[in-house]
Amino acid sequence: MRFHIVKRDQLVWWKSWGVRILSVIVGLLVSALVTVVLTGDNPIQVFATMVDGAFGTERRLWTLGQGIAILLCISLAVTPAFKMRFWNIGAEGQALMGGFAAATCMLFLGDKMPTGILLCVIAVSSILAGAIWALIPAYFKARFGTNETLFTLMMNYIAIQIISFFVYKWSNPVGSGKIGVINPDTRAGWFPIIAGKTYLLNILIVAVLTIAMFIYLKYSKHGYEIAVVGESENTARYIGIDVKRVILRTMFLSGALCGITGFLLVCGTDHTITRETIAGRGFTAIMVSWLAKFNPIFMIITSFLLVFFEKGATQISTQFGLNDSFSEIITGIIIFFIIGSEFFLNYKLKRDEKKGVAK
Amino acid sequence: MAEVPAIELINITKTFGEVVANKDICLTVNRGEILSILGENGSGKTTLMNMISGIYYPDYGEIKIDGKAVEIRSPKDAFKHKIGMIHQHFKLVDVFSAAENIVLGLKEEGRFSLAKSITKIEAIASLYGFEIDPKKKIYDMSVSEKQAVEIIKVLYRGADILILDEPTAVLTPQETQRLFSILRRMKKDGKAIIIITHKLHEVVAISDRVSVLRKGEYVGTLKTKETNELELTEMMVGKKVDLNIERKEPVNTKDRLIVAGLRYKNREGVKVLRNVSFTAKAGEILGIAGIAGSGQRELLEAIAGLRRLDSGEIIYNNPKTELQEDLRNKTPMEIRELGVRLSFVPEDRLGMGLVGNMDIIDNMMLRSYRKGKSAFLERKAPKDLAEQIIEELEVVTPNASTPVRRLSGGNVQKVLVGREIAASPTVLMAAYPVRGLDINSSYTIYNLLNKQKENGVAVIFVGEDLDVLVELCDRIVVLSSGKVSGIIDGRNTTKEEIGLLMTKEFTEDKKKKKGGTKE
Repeated sequence: MRFHIVKRDQLVWWKSWGVRILSVIVGLLVSALVTVVLTGDNPIQVFATMVDGAFGTERRLWTLGQGIAILLCISLAVTPAFKMRFWNIGAEGQALMGGFAAATCMLFLGDKMPTGILLCVIAVSSILAGAIWALIPAYFKARFGTNETLFTLMMNYIAIQIISFFVYKWSNPVGSGKIGVINPDTRAGWFPIIAGKTYLLNILIVAVLTIAMFIYLKYSKHGYEIAVVGESENTARYIGIDVKRVILRTMFLSGALCGITGFLLVCGTDHTITRETIAGRGFTAIMVSWLAKFNPIFMIITSFLLVFFEKGATQISTQFGLNDSFSEIITGIIIFFIIGSEFFLNYKLKRDEKKGVAK
Repeated sequence: MAEVPAIELINITKTFGEVVANKDICLTVNRGEILSILGENGSGKTTLMNMISGIYYPDYGEIKIDGKAVEIRSPKDAFKHKIGMIHQHFKLVDVFSAAENIVLGLKEEGRFSLAKSITKIEAIASLYGFEIDPKKKIYDMSVSEKQAVEIIKVLYRGADILILDEPTAVLTPQETQRLFSILRRMKKDGKAIIIITHKLHEVVAISDRVSVLRKGEYVGTLKTKETNELELTEMMVGKKVDLNIERKEPVNTKDRLIVAGLRYKNREGVKVLRNVSFTAKAGEILGIAGIAGSGQRELLEAIAGLRRLDSGEIIYNNPKTELQEDLRNKTPMEIRELGVRLSFVPEDRLGMGLVGNMDIIDNMMLRSYRKGKSAFLERKAPKDLAEQIIEELEVVTPNASTPVRRLSGGNVQKVLVGREIAASPTVLMAAYPVRGLDINSSYTIYNLLNKQKENGVAVIFVGEDLDVLVELCDRIVVLSSGKVSGIIDGRNTTKEEIGLLMTKEFTEDKKKKKGGTKE
């Protein structure tokens, strides 16, 4: 029996989400199998541990929320650029520069102004730092037509090296190669704790940004221009959109949101900076954004999925005495199935039926 | 001649999702016969041919070659069964010579020798009457020469069942005649030939039998001798159609757009426009004729502000202010800010005129979304306009929120032309507005253009069907290799005259080149 591949019509939304959920289940089954084969542990127990790792205690729940907020924030940042078909894979570097600006302000302005004003100054400098880092490749793309993918990627490495340099230069204690927690006593530049919850402010900020981005993309004139430029630059020129301007404006926005991510991480969570502060989330964001078809509301679900698996997998590896790589294997398997399901959303397999004459 | 079937299609069915592109199609082509497949766009002609040539695979049905059932899963399989397809868009390597293109990808026995191949190519050419220089590079060739290379390419591979997809769409009347005499010689040689077209007079001129498709279904096969154009049209459309275009005398004409001495070089440095001058008058339809790629696209895009010219001027007489404005090298935005109401229906509908993935409402908004100071979009007016156009132009669509990409070609064009006319233009430029449209939609578009003319709009119409140009336009500018080779009165000309003007520059260039080498 032979099959051939046929493109299918657009699925109704509940069917397409059904396919995606099914793919997660299949992914879980395969990772269960892998777990049994490689470790001999009971897969049901392993999955229970995963859920426990993500939701088990109140602390874990807040950490989960914080993880989702940060991933969602950086995913929101890349989304307008992607919608414009500007492949900004430099979110990592842009967020790092935002975080660097925040850390610098905390280090040097910490004792010079009240916390409220300080946080405003930090926010502005983080936004500018991220935006500048994004505007450089955007300018070259708009002016000379350079390839933004390579350019933004390379900007990541420059950002990482700059951070490495200053982390060493300002290391505390001197020579330790680490900046350590900044302003541990005065807590200058730290996010205030709201209602006794450390991460609440982070989560609230990102919630507001998500809704704002949804409205911006769907209902604003800017959002419309982004969509037109992304779909067809020729159409954009034809109706008189200044394509260069839209590229620069949108990348400013993208970089600014990356800067905010860095700000949230440094002031709201880590209170320090290292070259690992963003920890690859600038790249994971690409997946979050794509899987949600660039819809900020759907991105809540996709970022939840990714963070949940990451936290759960980490829990497995500690509880069952496995190393970190094992959790990454499991996350990898599940993500493979989620991405693979996209194929079945667009195509279906059809069995060959040759002798149709009798019909 | 006894009828020997070369290829038989039995109950071929192909669906794309829910769209049935071909339903139970049965066809037979005999050796030594030319079969025309006639059908409007979207009737499934190309899908059917793609199944014979291995690009698609049928859902049901059977294909027999020389009486034996075969399975064609790839173009390679098709080639094995001696089926050769000549696509509408040529697939040639520009920097290679004709001979190199012809042997490209072939695995012949023994050592490769281009000289041997050239001898074989020349033999094929003289057998069927092709005029071709195997050593000439593709980029030096005219469209009809390129087509000859494509045909020889499949003959060289031993094809004896040939499929030609709209081969005359890009040819002048003279070139079409030459192609037809070649096809007749192939027929005598026992080849089975399938020709896809929607030009009725060509069907009558060339084919032995005609098979008609309508909306994916097989309507019937007729002997060409026993039918006529009217009957064929009826079969194709499914009802009686009036094939006359009304042309009223222009009234109250005024010079609206004066184009003088336009010169334009493209990125590769090729002179695309060479001193183009003409005047478009309010209240008349000015036709632009020319072989595809003679500078029509660049000309309209330059006027619309999308290309920077090297020299020349584009003067617009503003009927409101009585002022003369130079539009040259202004952006589309600047042109609009001057109060110039210029509408443009570009050749590339989904790549330039519309956004395929957006719905009809959002596509209406392209022209109007900037209105108002609010940072947010206003979707009410575009929605009303979308619904008005759907109703007035009878656009077939589930609703106004359907992505235009999912509409058929004719409906896409109605959306685009409807939007451009809704902007109440003073100049309306339309590039190939009926390309790919069925007969009814085409006449809808002609009527719309005529109505604009009556309303005092200066209409510029770039067309490829010379019969239509001669019937519709008041004056016709003929472009040949980027030069104006003639401006003629549409009422006192023939398509043969236009055809000669279309190739004028090309033949003169050739003469110059030949003269140059002799010296």
